[in-house]
Amino acid sequence: MRESRLFWLAIPIALIFGYFFVGRTYAQESTPYTPTDDEVNAVAKGLYCPVCENIPLDVCPTQACSQWRALIREKIGLGWSEQQIKDYFVAQYGDRVLAAPPARGLNWLVYLIPPVAIATGVYILVRAMRTWRHPISAGVAKERSPEAGNDEYVDRLEEELRQR
Amino acid sequence: MVANLGYGALLIALLVSLFGIGAAAYGVRKNRPAWVDSARNAMLLTWPLVTLAALSIIYLLVNNHYEVEYVANVTSNSMPLYLKVTALWGGQAGSLIFWSWLLSAFTSAVTLRKWDRDREFLPWVTIVSLVTLAFFLSLSIFIENPFVRLWQTSAGQITSAMFPPARAVPYLPPDGNGLNPLLRHPGMIIHPPLLYLGFVSFVIPYSFAMAALITGRSDDRWIRITRRWSLVAWLFLSLGLIIGGRWAYDVLGWGGYWGWDPVEIAAFMPWLTGTAFLHSVMIQEKRGMLKHWNMILVILTYDLVIFGTFLTRSGVLSSVHAFAQSAIGPVFFGFIGLTFITSLSLVLKRWNDLKSEAQMTSLLSREALFLLNNLLFMGILVVCFWGVIFPLISELFTGQKVTVGPPFYERATGPLFAGLLLLMGVAPLAAWRHSTAKTLGRAIWKPFLASLVVVAAVLLSGVRQPAAILGFWLSAFVAFVTLYEFWRGSLARHRKSGESLPVALWRLAERNRRRYGGYIIHLGVVLMAIGIIGIEVFQTETQGTIPQGGQLALGDYSISFDSLATFDTADGRNVARAVVGVYRNGSYVGELHPRRDYYYESQQPMTIPGVRSTWEDDFYVLLVDWQPISSQGATFKVYRNPLVNWLWLGGIVFILGTLVAAWPDHDPETKRLPVKRTVPYAATDA
Repeated sequence: MRESRLFWLAIPIALIFGYFFVGRTYAQESTPYTPTDDEVNAVAKGLYCPVCENIPLDVCPTQACSQWRALIREKIGLGWSEQQIKDYFVAQYGDRVLAAPPARGLNWLVYLIPPVAIATGVYILVRAMRTWRHPISAGVAKERSPEAGNDEYVDRLEEELRQR
Repeated sequence: MVANLGYGALLIALLVSLFGIGAAAYGVRKNRPAWVDSARNAMLLTWPLVTLAALSIIYLLVNNHYEVEYVANVTSNSMPLYLKVTALWGGQAGSLIFWSWLLSAFTSAVTLRKWDRDREFLPWVTIVSLVTLAFFLSLSIFIENPFVRLWQTSAGQITSAMFPPARAVPYLPPDGNGLNPLLRHPGMIIHPPLLYLGFVSFVIPYSFAMAALITGRSDDRWIRITRRWSLVAWLFLSLGLIIGGRWAYDVLGWGGYWGWDPVEIAAFMPWLTGTAFLHSVMIQEKRGMLKHWNMILVILTYDLVIFGTFLTRSGVLSSVHAFAQSAIGPVFFGFIGLTFITSLSLVLKRWNDLKSEAQMTSLLSREALFLLNNLLFMGILVVCFWGVIFPLISELFTGQKVTVGPPFYERATGPLFAGLLLLMGVAPLAAWRHSTAKTLGRAIWKPFLASLVVVAAVLLSGVRQPAAILGFWLSAFVAFVTLYEFWRGSLARHRKSGESLPVALWRLAERNRRRYGGYIIHLGVVLMAIGIIGIEVFQTETQGTIPQGGQLALGDYSISFDSLATFDTADGRNVARAVVGVYRNGSYVGELHPRRDYYYESQQPMTIPGVRSTWEDDFYVLLVDWQPISSQGATFKVYRNPLVNWLWLGGIVFILGTLVAAWPDHDPETKRLPVKRTVPYAATDA
């Protein structure tokens, strides 16, 4: 008796489940989601053409890139996220399809070297300026005459800036 | 016949260059002025010889001499005459000749100056210039010979060689391959020569710098002699970069002007060091400081020029610009390495002679701020250089090539550019030698307050993006400081002389062209910054496929697809041209004709946008795809590029400012006068 009650309870649950799951799947298959061009380009913009280097996929005019954009459309239609699509392209064609190298391994250097170099430059400049603020040698210091070619008005402007 | 004539002229030019190098070295070593004079004449002779070689190529190009391999590669029967002429720099071998021709012209022009005050420089300037020329001539003669001809062997194979192989007969193809379609745009016809002019002009300041190092002259004479050369080089390089950006905007079909492509960056790098140099030399002229640094900057600029040419011409970094590929890489690298090491060794040798004549007395002085400006330029250079070479390093060590694209450069250089704009506003109001926070504050507060009013207006207009607000504030600040400087100067003159303000402004600027030309350049940069903020922050785009008569909307704009026609043209293209109506807020504002050109010879498509330009924005329409049979539907990509035309206006103002700064004064040294030989040529302490 109890089993039969459970059976009858299971029928509406199965119908509801079937409606929400199977029905939706069916609906997806019969009218698949078609992403817009803008959705495709939003993903393609972050990828680089694997054949024509240094051209983003969203603007590359070649036939191959047109096919890759179609592939992106297909993947978005299947519900893939932007990251999943990027991972797919990286797996197929390597890191070169990404607009910037992923931060791992040797690639860290691309992100580390510029700030380190600039910081070194700042350090050298600060040290040099500290040295310059103290006389290097009394005999070396000398001031030059106003810039050749300047007229008296420019010299006055410069003097004005000093005396404000 | 003509090919042999051109090749012979090149060979003689190389021999003359080598003779000039030897004669100058011998003359200076043995203190024989006649030998140095002979070297100078040799330098003058290179120009007509290389001109003859260049004219020979142009003759072959114009007259369809397809038996010459270069001609067959870059021209075709269908190309108009002007394109056949410009094909001289459309391929690798021809562009190297063009480089040599410009260099020989510039070095010849330098020899025409009066050398009385600087006779010890003459042999060394001659040697350095001729070594550079000989390098490029050698490339043309031994590696990238534009006069190589096509031959058919007895086995029927087509081969290329300067002189006929055994039992081979000349081969004349009926037609050539034609010029790369990207190079057929007017922008691209003048963009490479301008860049080359900029590149080549920087050889002259470098030659004088090396002459100063070798002869041990530690004063700023070499800077004063080459001041105008440096400005002219910078002018051409700037013009080449701006026109290159416009070409990209008009031809590449991606709605932008700068893609951080490695070859764009290759041209940008010498511009960065050149700009730092132009600021830094002012400190040496004014205070006798930074002599080492100026030498290093001019060396860097020279080697980056050679590096830029190498990148453009070798194809080592594949990009949209690297049309030509060849095996000249190792030779180029060898030359860059040799010149760099030799130049730095000379700086080290003269290190003590180049000590500063003054010291920095204030961290807020103009020279200190200029130095900070140099640091920022060098920071941008490091980012660019590293971004360009990292893919090579990655490929070398891991075997995997990576792309270093716009996200990297924009993130890394954005704050540095913002810092430069800030300095551009502060530095003109800082005094030379000594400036304090108090004096600087007193000078700055008025333009600063005015710039805040602009920020308030920007906020009231609904702009909320922090990058845009910061950018507009900095632009306004620089603009007000610059205008304030013009105002201060003309007012001072007006009060003293009683001249009307416009006359006072004109006379002041006329007498101080470098200073006020520089300020006009700053105004140009402000306008360019406004355009860049507009397109980078506010650009919007959409893409859609619409049937004939259908509409596609973007913001308050929309387009209607009216018709599409496809047809062949006499110059070997298949053109698909759409007619679209443009509407704004529902009102018709005009018609655009985006098109796609397909070049049969090279099998390359070109996407030419239809653009409606106003000061407010560009409405930029691309034809992406269409149904060729029915023409019933087409795909369009549409961009709205706010404020982008301020970028081009800024470019024009920038160039005008450079012209003002570089405009020649009455300079008796430019007259050609015979060189007196009363004092020995020998280096003072070399």
